[in-house]
Amino acid sequence: MSDAAVHEYHPDVKGSKIGMWLFLFTELLLFGGMFLLYSVYRAKNTGDFHYASLNLDLVTGAINTVILLTSSLTMVLAIGMLERRDRKRSLYFILITIALGLVFLVNKYFEWSHKIHHGIYPGSVELTGRTSGENLFYALYFLMTGLHGLHVIAGLVVLGFMAKMVATPSRQSVPVTALTPDARAGATTVLVEYAEHDALDQQKLIRLENAGLYWHLVDVIWIFLFPLFYLIS
Amino acid sequence: MNANAHAANRQPLPLTTYVTVWVALLMLTGLTITVASLHLGAWSVLAAIIIATVKGTLVLLYFMHLLHEERVFKVMLFLALFTLTIILVLTYADVLLR
Repeated sequence: MSDAAVHEYHPDVKGSKIGMWLFLFTELLLFGGMFLLYSVYRAKNTGDFHYASLNLDLVTGAINTVILLTSSLTMVLAIGMLERRDRKRSLYFILITIALGLVFLVNKYFEWSHKIHHGIYPGSVELTGRTSGENLFYALYFLMTGLHGLHVIAGLVVLGFMAKMVATPSRQSVPVTALTPDARAGATTVLVEYAEHDALDQQKLIRLENAGLYWHLVDVIWIFLFPLFYLIS
Repeated sequence: MNANAHAANRQPLPLTTYVTVWVALLMLTGLTITVASLHLGAWSVLAAIIIATVKGTLVLLYFMHLLHEERVFKVMLFLALFTLTIILVLTYADVLLR
């Protein structure tokens, strides 16, 4: 059996995870800058931010927090199931995660529509009549929750691919003993296929883990967004 | 190859750990809402940020597996957060003390 052939199929687990984390750091800096903007404007317009924050619906915000936290649990359970080579349950948990993400977005849609219906959106006639502090608050609210929403959408697209990947079985291999004597002569190929089968599973796991890292980061960002916009009033 | 195989086959965490962390996260969400309703003034901001930090840390350590990850990942995250902290603190101080 050729060692070289087996080696080629082994994915670089540590390398791909490091790549994912590096990407997450850029996201951290992106949102970090906006949190900075929020803190500075809040410090300068404390009263207006306080007043504007009262108009956000705490219940919707809290429900969305619970939904996103639960989706993080189902995400990590999907990874745990794939680790245990239970593709079926892993797929179920991925699908539940996608469903929860969609519910989050639907809530967000109603929340935004409600605000827009009342004439509150960046540059609206209603807002131009209000204080600059309130304008800043709503500009940051739409910018930050909007960008976060885009991240949820991106996460859902990634999870869609993950569902397809987990649903597809890795290449089936046949035990050597089950082969006809003729086929047994080509046992080398079968052994290599075994190795490939394993490596493919490992590659699926690392991809799902990286998708999970992204989904959890989106959750962490919301964990900070929620108190800043809905609670501090 | 061995190192890679080892990294991927890290001992899977018991699923009950994840459920426990999830329950803790929900309780902390309840706590942060309760504290906010107490109207503690400036302290409520600090409390909200502390609770959010605890929640974020739980997600990082358990859901993102940082607790059982190799050292290099922890060092990388530390450097990233350290950089972010410098940016935030210096800019904030500059704006307020200008």
